[in-house]
Amino acid sequence: MSSTVLLPPRHYLNDGYGIRSWLLTRDHKRIALLYLAAITFFFFVGGAFAVMIRLELTTPIGDFVSDETYNKLFTMHGVMMVFFFLVPSIPATLGNFLIPLMIGAKDLAFPKLNLLSWYIYILGGFFTLYALISGGVDTGWTFYTPFSTVSSTTNVIPTALGIFITGFSSILTGLNFIVTIHRMRAPGLTWFRMPLFLWSLYATSLIFVLGTPVIAITMLLVAVERIFHFGFFDPRLGGDPVLFQHLFWFYSHPAVYIMVLPAMGVVSEIVPAYCRKRIFGYPFVAFASVAIAVLGFLVWGHHLFVAGESPYAAMIFSALSFMVAIPSAVKVFNWTATMYKGSISWDTPMLYAIGFIGLFTIGGLTGLFLATLPIDVHVTDTYFVIAHFHYIMVGGAIMGYMGGLHYWWPKISGRLYNEFLAKISAGIIFLGFNLTFFPQFVLGYLGMPRRYHAYPPEFQVLNVLSSAGASILGVGYLIPLCYLLWSLRYGLVAGSNPIGAVGLEWMTTSPPPTENFLETPIVTWEAYQYDQPMETHVA
Amino acid sequence: MWSGTPLFPEQASTMAARVDNLYFFLLAVAAFFTVLIAGLIVYYAFRYRRRAPDEIGVHIHGGLALELTWTIVPALITVVMFVWGSSVFFAQQRPPDETVNIYVVGKQWMWKFQHLDGQREIDELHVPVGRAVKLIMTSEDVIHDVFVPAFRVKADVLPGRYTTIWFQATKPGRYHLFCAEYCGTRHSGMTGEVIVMEPAEYQAWLSGGTGEGSLASAGEKLFADLACNTCHRPDSQGRGPVLDGLFGKTVTMQNGENVVFDEAYIRESILTPTAKVVAGFQPIMPTFQGLVSEEQLLQLIEYVKSLRSQTEVPTARPATPGPATGENTPVKK
Repeated sequence: MSSTVLLPPRHYLNDGYGIRSWLLTRDHKRIALLYLAAITFFFFVGGAFAVMIRLELTTPIGDFVSDETYNKLFTMHGVMMVFFFLVPSIPATLGNFLIPLMIGAKDLAFPKLNLLSWYIYILGGFFTLYALISGGVDTGWTFYTPFSTVSSTTNVIPTALGIFITGFSSILTGLNFIVTIHRMRAPGLTWFRMPLFLWSLYATSLIFVLGTPVIAITMLLVAVERIFHFGFFDPRLGGDPVLFQHLFWFYSHPAVYIMVLPAMGVVSEIVPAYCRKRIFGYPFVAFASVAIAVLGFLVWGHHLFVAGESPYAAMIFSALSFMVAIPSAVKVFNWTATMYKGSISWDTPMLYAIGFIGLFTIGGLTGLFLATLPIDVHVTDTYFVIAHFHYIMVGGAIMGYMGGLHYWWPKISGRLYNEFLAKISAGIIFLGFNLTFFPQFVLGYLGMPRRYHAYPPEFQVLNVLSSAGASILGVGYLIPLCYLLWSLRYGLVAGSNPIGAVGLEWMTTSPPPTENFLETPIVTWEAYQYDQPMETHVA
Repeated sequence: MWSGTPLFPEQASTMAARVDNLYFFLLAVAAFFTVLIAGLIVYYAFRYRRRAPDEIGVHIHGGLALELTWTIVPALITVVMFVWGSSVFFAQQRPPDETVNIYVVGKQWMWKFQHLDGQREIDELHVPVGRAVKLIMTSEDVIHDVFVPAFRVKADVLPGRYTTIWFQATKPGRYHLFCAEYCGTRHSGMTGEVIVMEPAEYQAWLSGGTGEGSLASAGEKLFADLACNTCHRPDSQGRGPVLDGLFGKTVTMQNGENVVFDEAYIRESILTPTAKVVAGFQPIMPTFQGLVSEEQLLQLIEYVKSLRSQTEVPTARPATPGPATGENTPVKK
């Protein structure tokens, strides 16, 4: 059917062709694509560092790169992936593209601010790239003091400034999303009729707005101590080195939820669409997002169990960390229940969603190990933690991102990708991911510390397995880059709703016109109403 | 190639089995839920695979009973983890009354150990089997972390303060000692070995020393060299408190605050004497910041600790009632 469909005569992609029509656009959809290009670049830069890390770790002795280089590699890998890929990934691309479409609006509340956010992000990215090209930075993405303020001789300040600047992009994006979701929903689209993706982006935006200023201030304090020797963190100047860790994790733990909440939102869209069934327990999934965002601000102390925190504080943070596991579990159970008696299609986005649920389950359950005090004492700062957070961020956040990118690709591009290649690469990513990171749980409990350039020889076999997995994973990420780009020109024309999904974004053309909807829709149906034939009401 | 590849760490301390039992419980819970979820998803994906292009799912909205079940059951399981975990954790945090105390100073990128008898070693730590050992640790530069996987112990080593860990080794042998907190270029080279010896062997090793004398005697000499004893003496007309027998006691400060007279307090009083002045004294002591190294501080602390109250002149009034803090009061942790 799709081969006979033609692209709409007028859509956001053919509304102007010059470079100015992109760089000065105020269209949220074009800004989403600007972000997509930028984060894809940073993803592959960060990935290249990961490749070199895994190459080094195939042998126990440090022979591929020097220790100094190795330290810079894992630092830049973390900085690039966390601040320049994972944090903006789903919100700034899919969120930017879809929020107005999903609520029946013409654009975000502040289109110019949206474009400004992208420029700020790019400026921060350039600062960080400059830090990288002019010698790199070796503090780890965590910038622990006093190492980062008095000991490291590398480019801490440009990197810190890059992160500081990029933070404003997050704050402005979050603000824009919150206002948009509050003020610009189409008539009839009540909060509990909203797609769950919007609930999760709303929760994410709250963290953006409340958490990001703290990391910005913290980075500034690091720079000020480095330049002017103000004693914030260095005990020789009267500072407290552990204070930094409190400030850093007050943002960076919620930031984990910035990364995974949007992916959860994507999965909450994909599962009903490919099961043709309402989501099970809508209000529970919705409130679980908010609960995760709120509780996420109260658990930072679990990063400090061995950092000289009082045992009583450690107990409180342990208890709170267990609490944040509950809403995550609720989500997993609801997705699983949604599949029960569904009409399940095995298309690529669903494969990613299934992969997400499985890997996020492992990531979440291993989080319980880290909330359990004596287990954390043994495995913190080992490869167990590395494995755990990669299950959340790669197995969770990136699987969700890839699933969402495939699910909405026909809407974004107006064309279909090669389903066969997409399924193959989803399988390759799943296998490669598990082979890379599962052995690291074993390594971690054995006691292999993280950030080690060289390691005792008995850890080699598990490290070689991990590196082999990483090479498979790398191939898995390159294939989609090829077939998605190819589909932009040669893919079959998708039509406005190729899979028969519900939701306002599927009621306009693919690609949508610049103003999204020719007439403002009026919503008279619940979310995911797959069980009743739906009429499109247009005012 | 697999023969030399361990999949589980050795258990070489009294704490190891306790930590591992908890770990196995968590593994069982994790395995159960992973198999449950993955099993259901895969089963549903096959069982309810779309058969006809226009097929839709069965209309199910949700169910309160199920929602409550899968909220409450996981919550109860985490309560078990929390309670069990906290009890093991407190055992890990509280050393027994009798410990062999060893001082640790971390610096980029080496470990320095000082035994009370005067033995010093670098990147190697000799300890006796079957006796509780307490490490009192500080750093000369950035944050480091002592990690002995076979003992399941780990704690950050911070500049400017003391942290402690304790363990009781159960098997003689050599075990990895890692720096687990990233500390710069040669972080992965900041490793060493804990050598657990039979008690007799350990005694022999201790006495095979360099004859430098004990840590406390080195401290005594320093106490005189730095002229600490000109004020901290009974006949100093109240210039400084007599330190005999004070260690582990609670002391009242000028501002009425009660402070435990422990390693951290001694350290602070040497480096920043005016921070907490004992009630009845003037803040006249000069700072020794930059004049004494971390290791010398440890010697001074050990000397002050060794000053049992032979003279019984309570120049500084111990606050009453003092908590039952023995010599092994955990320092600021």
